[in-house]
Amino acid sequence: MKKEESSERPDNTAFTQQRLPAWQPILSAGIVIPGFLIIGLAFIGIGIALFLTSQTIQVLERDYTGYEQDSPCFSCTSSSTKNCTCEITFSLDKPFTGPVFFYYGLTNYFQSFRKYGVSKDDNQLSGDTTYFKSPQDQCFPYQYDSNKKPIVPCGALPNSMFNDTFELFHVVNKTKKRVPLDGKGISWWTDYNIKYRNPSPVNGSLANAFEGTVKPINWPKPAYELDPTDPNNNGFMNQDFLVWMRRAALPQFRKLYRRITEGDYAAGLPAGDYSVTIHYNYPVLNFDGRKKVVFSNVSWMGGKNEFLGIAYLVVGSLCLVMSVVMLVVYAKFKFKEDS
Amino acid sequence: MNGACFRETLRICRRWPDIMAIWKEDVRVEEERHVRANDREYNERFSYADNRIKTAKYNAFTFLPTNLFEQFQRVANAYFLILLILQLIPEISSLSWFTTIVPLVMVLAITAVKDATDDYFRHKSDQQVNTRQSQVLIKGTLQNEKWMNVRVGDIIKLENNQFVAADLLLLSSSEPYGLCYIETAELDGETNLKVRQALTVTSDLANDVARLADFNAEVICEPPNNKLDKFTGTLYWKDNKYSLDNEKMLLRGCVLRNTEWCFGLVIFAGLQTKLMQNCGSTKFKRTSIDRLMNTLVLWIFGFLICMGIILAIGNTIWEQRVGSEFWAYLQWNKFTSNAIFSGFLTFWSYVIILNTVVPISLYVSVEVLRLGHSYFINWDRRMYYSHKDTPAEARTTTLNEELGQVEFIFSDKTGTLTQNIMVFNKCSINGKTYGDVYDEFGHKVDITEKTPCVDFSFNPLRDRKFRFHDSSLVEAIKLEEPLVQEFFRLLALCHTVMPEERNEGELVYQAQSPDEGALVTAARNFGFVFRSRTPETITVYEMGQPVTYQLLAILDFNNVRKRMSVIVRTPKGQLKLYSKGADTILFDRLDPSNDELMYTTSEHLNEFAGEGLRTLALAYKDLDEDVFDEWMKQLLFASTSLDNREEKLGVLYEEIEQGLMLLGATAIEDKLQEGVPETIACLTLANIKIWVLTGDKLETAMNIGYSCNMLRDDMNEVFIISGHTTLEVQRELRAAKESIMGPSREIFSDGPDTEKTDIYSSDSVFEETIISEYALIINGHSLAHALEADLEQILVDVACLCKTVICCRVTPLQKALVVELIKRHKRAVTLAIGDGANDVSMIKTAHIGVGISGQEGMQAVLSSDYSFAQFRYLQRLLLVHGRWSYHRMCNFLCYFFYKNFAFTLVHFWYGFQCGFSAQTVYDQWFITLFNIVYTSLPVLSMGLFDQDVNEQYSLRYPNLYRPGQLNQLFNKRKFFTCTLHGICTSFILFFIPYGAFISAVRDDGTQISDQQAFAVTIATSLVIVVSVQIGLDTNYWTAVNHFFIWGSLAVYFAILFAMQSDGLFNIFPNQFTFIGTARNSLDQKIVWLVIFLTTVVCIMPMVAVRFIKTDCYPTQTDKVRLLQQATRRQGPQEQNLRRVRRTSSRRSAYAFAHQQGYGELITSGKNMKVTTSSTSTYPLSSPERCPGTRGAPDETTTEAETNNTGFKREFDQNQDVTVEDLEAR
Repeated sequence: MKKEESSERPDNTAFTQQRLPAWQPILSAGIVIPGFLIIGLAFIGIGIALFLTSQTIQVLERDYTGYEQDSPCFSCTSSSTKNCTCEITFSLDKPFTGPVFFYYGLTNYFQSFRKYGVSKDDNQLSGDTTYFKSPQDQCFPYQYDSNKKPIVPCGALPNSMFNDTFELFHVVNKTKKRVPLDGKGISWWTDYNIKYRNPSPVNGSLANAFEGTVKPINWPKPAYELDPTDPNNNGFMNQDFLVWMRRAALPQFRKLYRRITEGDYAAGLPAGDYSVTIHYNYPVLNFDGRKKVVFSNVSWMGGKNEFLGIAYLVVGSLCLVMSVVMLVVYAKFKFKEDS
Repeated sequence: MNGACFRETLRICRRWPDIMAIWKEDVRVEEERHVRANDREYNERFSYADNRIKTAKYNAFTFLPTNLFEQFQRVANAYFLILLILQLIPEISSLSWFTTIVPLVMVLAITAVKDATDDYFRHKSDQQVNTRQSQVLIKGTLQNEKWMNVRVGDIIKLENNQFVAADLLLLSSSEPYGLCYIETAELDGETNLKVRQALTVTSDLANDVARLADFNAEVICEPPNNKLDKFTGTLYWKDNKYSLDNEKMLLRGCVLRNTEWCFGLVIFAGLQTKLMQNCGSTKFKRTSIDRLMNTLVLWIFGFLICMGIILAIGNTIWEQRVGSEFWAYLQWNKFTSNAIFSGFLTFWSYVIILNTVVPISLYVSVEVLRLGHSYFINWDRRMYYSHKDTPAEARTTTLNEELGQVEFIFSDKTGTLTQNIMVFNKCSINGKTYGDVYDEFGHKVDITEKTPCVDFSFNPLRDRKFRFHDSSLVEAIKLEEPLVQEFFRLLALCHTVMPEERNEGELVYQAQSPDEGALVTAARNFGFVFRSRTPETITVYEMGQPVTYQLLAILDFNNVRKRMSVIVRTPKGQLKLYSKGADTILFDRLDPSNDELMYTTSEHLNEFAGEGLRTLALAYKDLDEDVFDEWMKQLLFASTSLDNREEKLGVLYEEIEQGLMLLGATAIEDKLQEGVPETIACLTLANIKIWVLTGDKLETAMNIGYSCNMLRDDMNEVFIISGHTTLEVQRELRAAKESIMGPSREIFSDGPDTEKTDIYSSDSVFEETIISEYALIINGHSLAHALEADLEQILVDVACLCKTVICCRVTPLQKALVVELIKRHKRAVTLAIGDGANDVSMIKTAHIGVGISGQEGMQAVLSSDYSFAQFRYLQRLLLVHGRWSYHRMCNFLCYFFYKNFAFTLVHFWYGFQCGFSAQTVYDQWFITLFNIVYTSLPVLSMGLFDQDVNEQYSLRYPNLYRPGQLNQLFNKRKFFTCTLHGICTSFILFFIPYGAFISAVRDDGTQISDQQAFAVTIATSLVIVVSVQIGLDTNYWTAVNHFFIWGSLAVYFAILFAMQSDGLFNIFPNQFTFIGTARNSLDQKIVWLVIFLTTVVCIMPMVAVRFIKTDCYPTQTDKVRLLQQATRRQGPQEQNLRRVRRTSSRRSAYAFAHQQGYGELITSGKNMKVTTSSTSTYPLSSPERCPGTRGAPDETTTEAETNNTGFKREFDQNQDVTVEDLEAR
């Protein structure tokens, strides 16, 4: 019988006949047990490295909320005092190697709250002046002030910007020597250069561009006057503002305030006494929050992070234990099989 | 070909409920049907259905609204629509609208495209059927009209081999006496021809168009119904009443055969035809996984609500304790400041966020997988039958995984297990067997396709398709051995076959049963050509010489006699009785001188039966003239007697069929389809129970049971249930049950009600312990009783205790009821396989219906879910495709639920860190794309290509099929395991970054613990973890899997960086607020260390668990996989497939006539075209057709008689009762 190739006959390809060449791995003892062993050893290695590195990082934290009566900032906690200043001191036994980073920390502060997080107008913040006149609805209730004037930057997130300021002094022979703080480049490069844009200055003045708008309710000064010392650090392009706007994921966070990279302190803080002068503006006690200042240096793995090192060590050890357990199980099974 | 014509018409049955709904609206319940011939105006008053068929749902304008409306009726789609609406409410909108609308639109679009394509094909096929041509008598002339324009009351003309377009009342035909022949295979699966006869008054109209056009009779008859074998009505014409019955009806779906033309009056059209009414209801078939999935989705909804409530309560508390204190920074408008109201809003916000636990892409993905699996079935060359150029076809794309869970197969016999071809295979003549082939050393040679055939070229009248391999029989014929000649003479004379000779020498036999046809054809090829017959004569060409025998009597077959005889007078004047019949019957009636021959023949019969052949014994007898005359007188007397006619005839037949001389025996092979016994054996090993449901007789069914190896002699007992009353059946069933289980178990079967409660617990265990093998054979009329409510339980019990169940003589409806019974009582997946229209109901009822394609009738295929050409492909369909589909689908679902829980529940954990404010962890774009872009393709490729065990091993180890039947791979427990796995993963995914990020800063001192960097870290970990997990779940890494898994990861990073790039931000500053996050976080070692740690912690425990599990408690699949890997290393080894040997058993199978009474038709001469006793061959078209005297009073009496006895099968009567009984329930 002569067979002609008909159209109904399915094609004989590896695909249609489900015979594609394939790798068919099986979780065999030869792979799994050594695998666990290798991962375990690797993790222990990484863990030790992380742990040791973490040990070398110096961190110094001081709570300055003024919760306790004997704390130096207690006097500033009552809401009536304006422009309150307080001072906390600390001393270093050994030098703090640089570069040293100066953070402020907040606890029990919910920057991660959804409505708080969305309460801003990205169009305003990218310099679109049409939104200066009519801020977006998600800014409510920080959209217009009581006179129906638009707030710029609107919203709860900008409105609640952290406004404590700090000065650091090295106390040498009872004289305070100011430690220069570097506020440049403390925000992300992308935030400063791409994400946030000031409106184009009108008649060469940024302030004119903000005409017809009011400052956020909690702010002492409008956005274009945030940094009187540096005209390029104003408006939305203010580093502190950018740091604040990058909202924290967790209710306990710290944000970079300044770097200590200049002058005598470029290589670090030498041992000795220090004092931090705090311009206490930001109330946190009403929601049981805490404020602190943090000094830290970093390594290749970033800041101090003991969790990671320990986690690696634990997981690595567990992997080793598992590989032994599996070896035993496997041997027992093998034995059973043979008999 | 006409077969093609019908398939579209019948496809309608698939959408029966819709059509029924439309139709019911239009027509009020019809009490009685009035039809006036040739009077459309009159008939239109009743608004009967016309012959148009419409199955398409939409047209161009209604498509969009209708389709969308339908789609939103699905719970899942409606759910997402509601979510979408929720998201538009600003107060609770925690996610942008696009996170829901993008997937929803994709889902809707894919479904709409699929629906549109389907509907397009429906439109096309409707069109095809509706525009079929038929000749309609309109205004006095015959016009070609489309089928859809045929109306009730029209007179239409049919020609030979045409399908009947509607239910017609036969008016006249080309044949004498208004007879016409139809084949009803499409309707009831019987292949033998049936006779229909018109009323004498109407058959006189013949093909006189003018008189037909004037025909203005009115028919009053029953309303449309689904009884194929019943019709009652009255014809009123010229002040006379004529009663009408089913013998005058041509039903839609039949084919006109052996009749040049006929005219009919349309009584029922279109959807009201009996065929359409008989379609039974099509239920939308869903797989058990579908149902489980729906339950699980509901559970997940519940889970979602619980989560929402927990988080809402959390929010309320938080607002009271913390939020209200936080007033200085979070000041909201007054009406949300209420903590409880805030909690309420939070609930909805979390419902929106957590909605991804019910993955919208689940349904679409499942559809895509099933579609893919269907294509693999369509593409499978090993299920392609080259002889008929028929590939396998998955006609339904929604049932594939259920193919891996089948526990019961209900199979038709004829055309499914067998080819419905009878082949004269062997014979024994005077103690010598013929038919085997031996080589030069005297060893028996297996007959294959290549074995040389006997050359019959000496015989110009031979049937060219006939094949015989043993040349010694031809030599014996040529040597003119008298007994051999007598043997074939008997075969040429003793039968009720009708010959038809179109052209000189082109003989076609019309046999009632294929067995008879095979025997007469055999005789024809061996030189005894049965050429023509008249009521009184039979002309046989014996070795080329015409010899005319006078036919004196036909002693017809019936079920009790199991034999038939003819008495003929040879040209030399000798009187001879030729008899053929079941060996046991015939051996009792032999002359004592035959003892030795009987012994030898009996041996041969054993041998034949052992090979699964159907045997008949042949005998003859020389009759004495005086004895015969005396007997003939008594016969005439008896045949005119009014009471006990049958009985008296039986006694007379018995009297003369004594002292016979044995000639030999024939062996006919009811050709099984290729590989049937092997397939059955293999499926049995896979723990699938195969039941045969056939309309055939008990003997035939048993015979096939033996040749398929389903019945064996070494079985403990074969129970035959054939009681006629409920009590008898009950007694027989109980007896069977008792003898299987022992009388102690009787308590259980006593009360059917008490039993139902514990049947699942006790008996299923008990079933396994029964090692002995039993078989149950039940008759149709017994089944009718056994299916009654109070007996069905015991029937199920007994049947499930038996290894083999054969139901014979069952009606189509009963087939469906049996399937239904098992569905109800066993909660098992059932599969029905058949080829004929009589299998349609069962195919539709079963979870999976399989049609054998490539046959004449297409109806079974059209209502089936899968179709292929050969029964043996079933093995591959179930054990390979079904198993894979099930395996893939289960793995897919497990992974899918795991993935979505891992993905979504991170939000739950984060709730505790964000004041339960429904803050999302991830970027909204990530949420939008995660399911449809980042993780869909690897799991789809796993679901499409995965093979735990390759096809050879799947077939070699049928017990790998077991997990599917036990529902082990995906069930509620598995679901819990994989969701728990997902929950754990989400926990790890959240808390490891949480621990690391509390105090983390970048290596340049700037912050990294911000919300966006946190989001990117978790998202990246998640994508990597789920990719590794799918890698672990993939057993079969093809290039596609590699491509998709690595590709998905690459695409994730590509999209991540693209979305967070400067360019996109500059265009849409509002939408892509994550600008720069990826750059600023993924360049940090600490972030990667976190990701790495998270991945390992998520994955390693799973690896360990799996390893220990396969090591300590390996499943069958694990073992086979190891074996497979071991052999692959050693290189492929070809293993021989098992061959199943048939056991030898002696069965005297007598199945040569499906019906009795054909003999009477022959002797009455009614079916003869030429009444004169001429030996000339039948002319192609005789101008002088002699229809005999018309309207003579004696003519009508014989006519009535024929109708009463000639074609009334005993089966019919049973069926009448049965169908009504069953429907009454």
